[in-house]
Amino acid sequence: MLDLLSGFVTELRKAGLPVSLTEHLDAAEAVHHIPLEDREGLKYALAATLVKSSSHWHAFETAFEVFFAVRTKGMDGLELDADGNEIDNDGEGDAAGTGKGGQKGRGKGSGGGEGMSAEELAEMLFKSLMSSDHGLMNAVARGAVDRYAGMEPGRPVGGTYYLYRTLRNLDLDGVLAKLMAQAQAGAVGGALTDLEERLAADEYKARIEKFRRAVETEIRRRLVEDRGAEALARSVRKPLPEDIDVMHATREELAVLQRVLQPLSRKLAVRLARKRRHGHKGPLDFRATVRRSLSTGGVPIEPRFRHPRPSKPEIFVIADISGSVASFARFTLHLVYAISAQFSKVRSFVFVDGIDEVTRFFEGVVDPADAVARINQEADVIWVDGHSDYGHALTEFHRRWGDQVTARSSVLLLGDARNNYHASQSWVVEDLQRRARHVYWLNPEPRDYWGSGDSIVGEYAAHCDEVVECRTLRQLEHFVGNLA
Amino acid sequence: MSAAGDARTAAKLGLPDVGPPRFASLDAVRSGLGDVGYLADDSISGVVYLADRLAKPVLVEGPAGTGKTQLAKSVAELTGARLIRLQCYEGLDESKALYEWNYRKQLLRIQAGGPGEIESGGAGATAGAGGNGHRGPSWKELEEDIFSEEFLLTRPLLEAIRSTDPVVLLIDEVDRVELETEALLLEILSEYQVSIPELGTVRATRLPMVFLTSNNTRELSEALKRRCLYLHIDYPDLDRERAIVRSRVPGITEELADQVARIVRSLRTLELRKAPSVSETLDWARTLVILGTETIDAAGARDTLHILLKYQTDIDRAAKELLSVS
Repeated sequence: MLDLLSGFVTELRKAGLPVSLTEHLDAAEAVHHIPLEDREGLKYALAATLVKSSSHWHAFETAFEVFFAVRTKGMDGLELDADGNEIDNDGEGDAAGTGKGGQKGRGKGSGGGEGMSAEELAEMLFKSLMSSDHGLMNAVARGAVDRYAGMEPGRPVGGTYYLYRTLRNLDLDGVLAKLMAQAQAGAVGGALTDLEERLAADEYKARIEKFRRAVETEIRRRLVEDRGAEALARSVRKPLPEDIDVMHATREELAVLQRVLQPLSRKLAVRLARKRRHGHKGPLDFRATVRRSLSTGGVPIEPRFRHPRPSKPEIFVIADISGSVASFARFTLHLVYAISAQFSKVRSFVFVDGIDEVTRFFEGVVDPADAVARINQEADVIWVDGHSDYGHALTEFHRRWGDQVTARSSVLLLGDARNNYHASQSWVVEDLQRRARHVYWLNPEPRDYWGSGDSIVGEYAAHCDEVVECRTLRQLEHFVGNLA
Repeated sequence: MSAAGDARTAAKLGLPDVGPPRFASLDAVRSGLGDVGYLADDSISGVVYLADRLAKPVLVEGPAGTGKTQLAKSVAELTGARLIRLQCYEGLDESKALYEWNYRKQLLRIQAGGPGEIESGGAGATAGAGGNGHRGPSWKELEEDIFSEEFLLTRPLLEAIRSTDPVVLLIDEVDRVELETEALLLEILSEYQVSIPELGTVRATRLPMVFLTSNNTRELSEALKRRCLYLHIDYPDLDRERAIVRSRVPGITEELADQVARIVRSLRTLELRKAPSVSETLDWARTLVILGTETIDAAGARDTLHILLKYQTDIDRAAKELLSVS
């Protein structure tokens, strides 16, 4: 058990979770107090001692599923026996079959498929979702994986493809429609009201999600049996939300990012506001000090200081929102506006090959996300063909707003500087640097790629105070935090 | 096994005895919490159980209004312990959280002279006699005297440590204090002791159960997190929320509770600025009961939505998405 635990802790560390030695020891001690057969209890005991941030929960859960999956097999079998369904017997046989070895497991798997036709499987799935019966759901998941996943032993994959194959064959959308139709037909007063319909839909979606998880767990379990926990853990390891590479994020990852962005920006705003409040004192307020000293007989025991007048910079954000870097620009704008109280003024511009000011979208908006969403639809950023042209966009910026950049402004340029071999017009940046207090360039590409292909970030970099690599939210937050 | 664990815990903390465990088993925690009206799920009861066995504080995080503070209260009720609460705020310092010397009393004591004279002569006479070469106790004696426990004002943390009856210590909203002030808590959280320079170290005679809550407005320090068990309380799932509504709202019918829980769950899937919390769900359910609602229809829900949601934009969005009224 202790060996398993150390392996698990090592895996968590590899996934980027900060697990200290003390926490490892705590976990080892906590395990003593939990009855071994209680898997859920074990999970929460480990979570309580090892994971100290809710955003790490997902990574922990994945690793846990992998490392402690094998043990549950026997238990599942028992549960199924108790249920005593014909399907369950089938499922149990398969579990035993896969246990013997990868090759055989597969043979047996197709056998299980024969035992249950596609229609039967669909029928059982429908029934299990209708009644929200857990045992049945797991059994169906097992049968579906047998039949559709077509797992090949020894392949170093994380199982996403198997999951996709299984679910595609089950046609969950169709099942949902069927469930809804059933609910409509079974309604008391003829038809469901809109509210009832929506509630029913949410209910079934939640159940389907549960089923999807059952399938995922089942696939993971088999992969662990095939290749061992540590090998699989390597394939399913995902970066923590803060470390996701924004430019190459999948749609799911973007959704995760969107979710963590809100609390992140709120925390950043609170931290900066506090820093400002508790930061330096202003100069000595002589008059107030003397006035105060009267109560101590003229001895200035407690000097008074003026309130500090922190200089708040004016920010110009100029962001490339073409294709690949668009999501990065969105996150940056979101973050900058979330802490806009720290700046005297924030003005934002977006470009592809034309440029447009989008400050107006953010005015009077409570949630920056709304404004960011509007930018994509309404900003006028196409000049010729909708391929990035930094040169033209910058020249245009200089012509229309260049004289408004003053010594109090900081300019942030966002983009990968992949200019499609147009002219760079880097004199604009040079001129901006002369006018503004600071010019920063945030590049969402890894530093190694800078200057390769049509990237001309080097030409601009010569005129920037700093060019920063900003691939992840962590880096972005760090930069924005320092800015204010 | 548990007895050995206790002895080990006691040895680790340098205590003669940590007392018998408060809970016999995991199930005892859950059913016990249920009896005092707190419906815990697996993770909550598991962590409370471990906190007792490992003698560690629990750091509870989660969205507002999911019963973080209530958990500490319920555990106190369950174990028959006194709840000592330290509400954190910006600017909280040692003298408000740990202890403070009672300066006024110390001053009086210095003016009054030695203890013997107070009994025989009276304060005024002694103070006057000071000038006549009759000196009270020596400065050293006096110093020892005024820095004794008699002149110590205990604040919540010290009080929890010194208490001889069972205590649950709740440090509420710990994320509100500054990073530096957090350091104050570290000694008490890991060693259950408080060091007072003039007095020495005060050790706990009975280990208090400690709960810290945080609304996650800032990242807590690693040092603090390391010393605690971590518990994240999220919004409850459908079944648990329904059970909570049923147990906390008297006179609610089963169908109504079910409907309330389901609507709230659907609301939480929308992108709202502030998702409805459990306490708001309860408020809503109570309102519906008072209004005599039997089943919720779109119009009824629209009229009472402002109890669940606190932003006009949220209300509008919910009404549009869920109730199809604009």
